[in-house]
Amino acid sequence: MALVLTEEQSMLRDSARGLISDKAPVAHLRGLRDSKDTTGFSRELWKTFAEMGFSGLLVPDQFGGSGLGCVEAGIVMEEIGRTLMPSPFLSTSVLAASALSRGGSEAQKAQHLPKIADGSLLAALAIDEGAKHRPLQTKLQATRAGNGFKLSGDKAFVVDGHTADLLIVAARSAGSAGDKNGLTLFLVDPKAKGLTVERTAMVDSHNAARIVFDNVEVDADSVLSEVDQGFGLLEGVLNIGRGAVASEMVGLSDEVFGRTVTYLKERKQFGKAIGEFQALQHRAAELYIDIEITRAAVLKALQALDTDIAKAATAVSVAKARAGTTATLAVQEGVQMHGGMGMTDQFDIGFFMKRARVCQELFGDSNYHTDQLASGKGY
Amino acid sequence: MADLEKFRAETRAWLEQNCPPEMRKPMTSDGDTFWGGRNTKFSSEAQRVWFERMRDKGWTVPHWPKEYGGGGLDGEEAKIVRQEMAAIGARQPLTSFGISMLGPALLKYGTEEQKKEHLPKITAGLIRWCQGYSEPNAGSDLASLQTRAVGDGDDYIINGQKIWTSYANYADWIFCLVRTDPAAKKHDGISFILFDMASKGVSTKPILLISGYSPFCETFFDNVRVPKSHVVGTVNRGWDVAKYLLQHERAMISGMGERGVGRPLGQIAADSVGADTQGRLDDAQLRSQIANFEVDEAALAAAAERAVDLAKAGQSHPAFSSAMKYYGTELNKRRYEILMSAGGIDALEWESDRSKGGARPRAWLRTKANSIEGGTSEVMLGIVAKRILDLPGA
Repeated sequence: MALVLTEEQSMLRDSARGLISDKAPVAHLRGLRDSKDTTGFSRELWKTFAEMGFSGLLVPDQFGGSGLGCVEAGIVMEEIGRTLMPSPFLSTSVLAASALSRGGSEAQKAQHLPKIADGSLLAALAIDEGAKHRPLQTKLQATRAGNGFKLSGDKAFVVDGHTADLLIVAARSAGSAGDKNGLTLFLVDPKAKGLTVERTAMVDSHNAARIVFDNVEVDADSVLSEVDQGFGLLEGVLNIGRGAVASEMVGLSDEVFGRTVTYLKERKQFGKAIGEFQALQHRAAELYIDIEITRAAVLKALQALDTDIAKAATAVSVAKARAGTTATLAVQEGVQMHGGMGMTDQFDIGFFMKRARVCQELFGDSNYHTDQLASGKGY
Repeated sequence: MADLEKFRAETRAWLEQNCPPEMRKPMTSDGDTFWGGRNTKFSSEAQRVWFERMRDKGWTVPHWPKEYGGGGLDGEEAKIVRQEMAAIGARQPLTSFGISMLGPALLKYGTEEQKKEHLPKITAGLIRWCQGYSEPNAGSDLASLQTRAVGDGDDYIINGQKIWTSYANYADWIFCLVRTDPAAKKHDGISFILFDMASKGVSTKPILLISGYSPFCETFFDNVRVPKSHVVGTVNRGWDVAKYLLQHERAMISGMGERGVGRPLGQIAADSVGADTQGRLDDAQLRSQIANFEVDEAALAAAAERAVDLAKAGQSHPAFSSAMKYYGTELNKRRYEILMSAGGIDALEWESDRSKGGARPRAWLRTKANSIEGGTSEVMLGIVAKRILDLPGA
């Protein structure tokens, strides 16, 4: 498979870019932040996303979606990264759609996937519990009770958890923290008794929640895939999410870089454009190279996910690790090269810096994925 | 697609049958590289057999036209051959500056006669080429070169000195930049010319490097007579040919790190520093350096693959090889810093058989030239800033 976009994929990128840059430039996010919008994204725009087939991108044809792959999801994420558009695309269309279509029973698929595709159902994946992403350390307890289970414990950093109509929750049904066996994924109604959702305002003005489970009852039908054997499904879904977030960071980095190079050409000091100074030229060139190499690594990972998800782990770790360090570099150089203007809220560059920090933590930061690669190679 | 899958299956079967087992092992010394040329010798029977089989199939240079001894493969097919060779660890049957540097320039700028004369001798490994570019006073500022070619009837008389001429003492012919119009602006009076190193007036003197090896020479021209018909491209427009060739040279240098072959760095390090009960290297900082390196190495491999695919799709920037050259050479230097650190005092032995004559420290020192030869890292960043980012005054 060539590491370039096909004609169809280029068309998808163009239509996503057209819509997102038109309807959701950075000013869109700024407006939602300044008005302390309780939803945190535009439901109207989400409807348009559904009409254009984006929300059901990963939903199989027979459930009303487009049946496309991770490369296509990455293309949309990259465009989202360029304007930092807040939307349920990652939580619902990438993570939940993948979890349901890969692990759901026929009944679960038929119940939820068409609604994801038509934009009427919002879903969220509840994984993290501690300060750092450690899926194997999941402690939220699932105890058998009657025909089903009772869930107790806390979840944090649940992306779009405050608006979700459906939660997909990782819980420990057997074994102890650190074990691969004994994890189970549950489909949970956020309105269930004993469940409390607290929207958490985050540094990047995007949407997340903390959720407390206090003996929340779920029936046996709510199990996604197999009891105690949810880790394989979860890891696959997380890898898809990691590839998607890496794509968002490529878009974000590229946009910050483009804005920075423009500034280097416009801003004059000492009687000339600051872009004439070799000290800045070489840093700009290094950043460009870093972004291009990361872009290739991310596309490689997305293709690997579409080809054979069971063998994609290393490529995904490379992509997420690289994307994290590249985005961190891009936003730091972006602010520095914009000088004092880069420090002002009025300038958009700070929004990119804040979002990059959040994307780093999402589904494992660069350190996590670099360590995963080393462990995977046995050293 | 089905055709390509068939081609892949056939390629795999052919390689399986024709690549000798010895030629699937990682190279351990300079002698394992076969460079061809008039005075060459094979270091083993397996090396000879492998070279001849690949030559006869046209696969010493799979993507060159068949009429010049290539395989006539398109980009996708050539990629499959590379992938299938890599999959079994097959060595390059023939390495030469004729393949990686002169050939692409001749294919673009050469006359039909020049192509017919030189390309088949490159693919067949008959002639070994060297590159006459740098001079003592023309390094990063290559276009200020002063080697003179003065017309004399149908010939030029060449006088001057080149430096850092790789393997000039083993080479049969040279592709050389000479000044044919000293009155013109520095980029405009240069010509690209080919001549036999056995010509009267050519001499070479190897330069001893910090590695203890002498891969580079000083090369002197004292009234060397060369037919004017040996100029490639237009007289005084040699800079165009030189730049085009440099793009290919930089792409080659960026790929010099022996990616994905041999034992993984983590295992090499475990031999000397040991591992804890969970199998983790007993040096957390080194483990982290290796892991970071491997992330970047895998990303670079993807970028190299993408660069080829972009070129094939007509979407690549001509200066992108400078970006790859910068990153690839800096990464290769990192690899050898890690290897030295991992080896500890064992990597400091310079002469013993135990250390294969100090192979590791000598290779480590050799890599320091990577970010200098073919254009320094600083020159590469300048090219990216100017030609790709369009920054002012660069």
